[in-house]
Amino acid sequence: MTHVIDARPQEDVIQIQDLRTAFGSHVVHEKLNLNVKRGEILSLVGGSGSGKTTLLRQMIALDRPVSGVVKVFGQPVHGGSPGRRRALRRRWGVMFQAGALFSALSVYDNVALPLRELRTLPEDLIHDAAMTRLALVGLDARDAAKRPSDLSGGMVKRVALARALALDPELLFLDEPTAGLDPDRSDAFVDLLKDLHRQLGFTVIMVTHDLDTLFALSDRVAVLAERRVIVCAPVAQVLAVDHPFIQGFFLGERGRRAQAELTPSRSV
Amino acid sequence: MAPSMSPPPTAIRWQSDTDRRTCILAGDWTVHALARRGEVAARRRALGELKDDTGWDLSGVTTLDALGALLLWRHWGQRLPAHLTAPPIWLAVFDILASQPIAPAPAVERDWLAPVRQLGDGMFAAMSHGRDLLLLLGQLVLDLGGLLARPHRGPWREISAQLYQAGARALLITAMVGFLIGVVLSFLSAQQLRMFGADLLIVKLLGVSIVRELGPLLAAILVAGRSGSAITAQIGVMRLTQELDALQVMGISHGQRLILPRVVALAIAMPLLVVWTDAMALLGGALAAYVQLNLQPAYFFQALPRAVSAANYWLGVGKGVAFGGLIALVACHFGLRIQPNTDSLGRGTTASVVTAITGVILADAVFAILFRSVGLL
Repeated sequence: MTHVIDARPQEDVIQIQDLRTAFGSHVVHEKLNLNVKRGEILSLVGGSGSGKTTLLRQMIALDRPVSGVVKVFGQPVHGGSPGRRRALRRRWGVMFQAGALFSALSVYDNVALPLRELRTLPEDLIHDAAMTRLALVGLDARDAAKRPSDLSGGMVKRVALARALALDPELLFLDEPTAGLDPDRSDAFVDLLKDLHRQLGFTVIMVTHDLDTLFALSDRVAVLAERRVIVCAPVAQVLAVDHPFIQGFFLGERGRRAQAELTPSRSV
Repeated sequence: MAPSMSPPPTAIRWQSDTDRRTCILAGDWTVHALARRGEVAARRRALGELKDDTGWDLSGVTTLDALGALLLWRHWGQRLPAHLTAPPIWLAVFDILASQPIAPAPAVERDWLAPVRQLGDGMFAAMSHGRDLLLLLGQLVLDLGGLLARPHRGPWREISAQLYQAGARALLITAMVGFLIGVVLSFLSAQQLRMFGADLLIVKLLGVSIVRELGPLLAAILVAGRSGSAITAQIGVMRLTQELDALQVMGISHGQRLILPRVVALAIAMPLLVVWTDAMALLGGALAAYVQLNLQPAYFFQALPRAVSAANYWLGVGKGVAFGGLIALVACHFGLRIQPNTDSLGRGTTASVVTAITGVILADAVFAILFRSVGLL
């Protein structure tokens, strides 16, 4: 599947300005600013409770902020007509942490759902699109007939990814994509994502704890601490920042191991 | 083995010397020894009150673990006594205890205003439920309007699926329960009526009470238990697995595609189930009347239309629609409120069924008052 080469300069697909989110009296984000460039893979990291998933949910309009603006493709995600918001939603795909596949539907119906929701496509076209998406993540017709409850953890994630890619989105949101996967599957997933990114050229925002995934995939890393993004830069620059969280997260034992394993083979 | 209420002979021994008393400890001072029934109490009694000039000898202790050490530590007031003889390994254990002082248990504050607080919280909770239900109802009305305005875009497949689940699959249970209630009611009434020689009145008695009240109520209670809990659990689990989020992210409205189909399906299925339950109950009643009073079934079903006016029938059907919608709305409301934990799921489904049944009975009372002069004359 060829993808039209995007000759536009690296504009911002997501702009978050002065975001403030809170649950009751508990303030999660304060004066948070973040810009995501087109075509990049951005990883969102932070300690537990730092609000990574909350930030992701704000970007995909699942929650409303107390104040501040979230703009995707230059348009605010809240407000305006339902039609405009629906059109905006079709341009991104989300892969939830546990997959969030619809348990009442088969794998095929899960992947076909976003296409069917358009209500304007014929079934045969939907069939082709859904099957190619499944093939893209390495699943075949036999798997398509299964139910989510029959799938292993790795397969659930792959189907979830296929569903997120169903409408060929420009933006892909991943919430802990390699959580719960064994090392073999994790590597396979990372390679899959790399290939798809190269082929389809979407922008990726990924929340992750996994340092190996992070080092292998990220163009930039946004670090969440003290209720805002303290640094958003390529990995090398982030590692140089002298902040207790960054030092502990990246340069602790695990961090140094992950870095060491990766550096020799990492292509720039 | 009888529980031992005195310390084993070797654990604690007192020895009186010229200038002081010495407590000689020996034997097993581990959790396994102390866990024996009454062991700790007995040893504490044997230790008696702490005196500053008491000598302590731990040389005979064969095993000591944290629990044994803590027993002594507590007795000594969280410090080593002045005159202590113990091998270095046991001293090391007490050193560890000394380095981490045990904080006292937090004082339990008696909240005297707790009942008042609970009442207040209860009221706030009820108001919050009421508000959310109202919002749900409002959204439902809007979605219903949308359905009527654009019927071709309606969630017909979902409605059909729910109709099958809530309606078709409930036919057996409602038939059984309806039939049995009809039989029981008929038996009881027949006894009484026979005393007054008013056998034939059984038709009107059974007919009106079943068609007007019992049929709708029974069907509603069964549907609330069956479908109400199923809907709540299903929506609750969808929250847990983030399926609701996934729907929202794809721009699929919950109100339109989850709640509306269920309310519409139940509002259609319930009146049909009411008619079905009525029929089964009257069948049971006719059978019991035949057995008890020798009332010919042919006569029973001939006299029925005369005894029960059509108004009662339509009232029953109308009740069915109202009850069905109410049950579905309540079930969806509680489903959406379920938190991501199993405890909440259990409590939510219970609350859903109880609230639905209570609501149905309240609605029934309202119907009874509103329509008291209709159909009974």
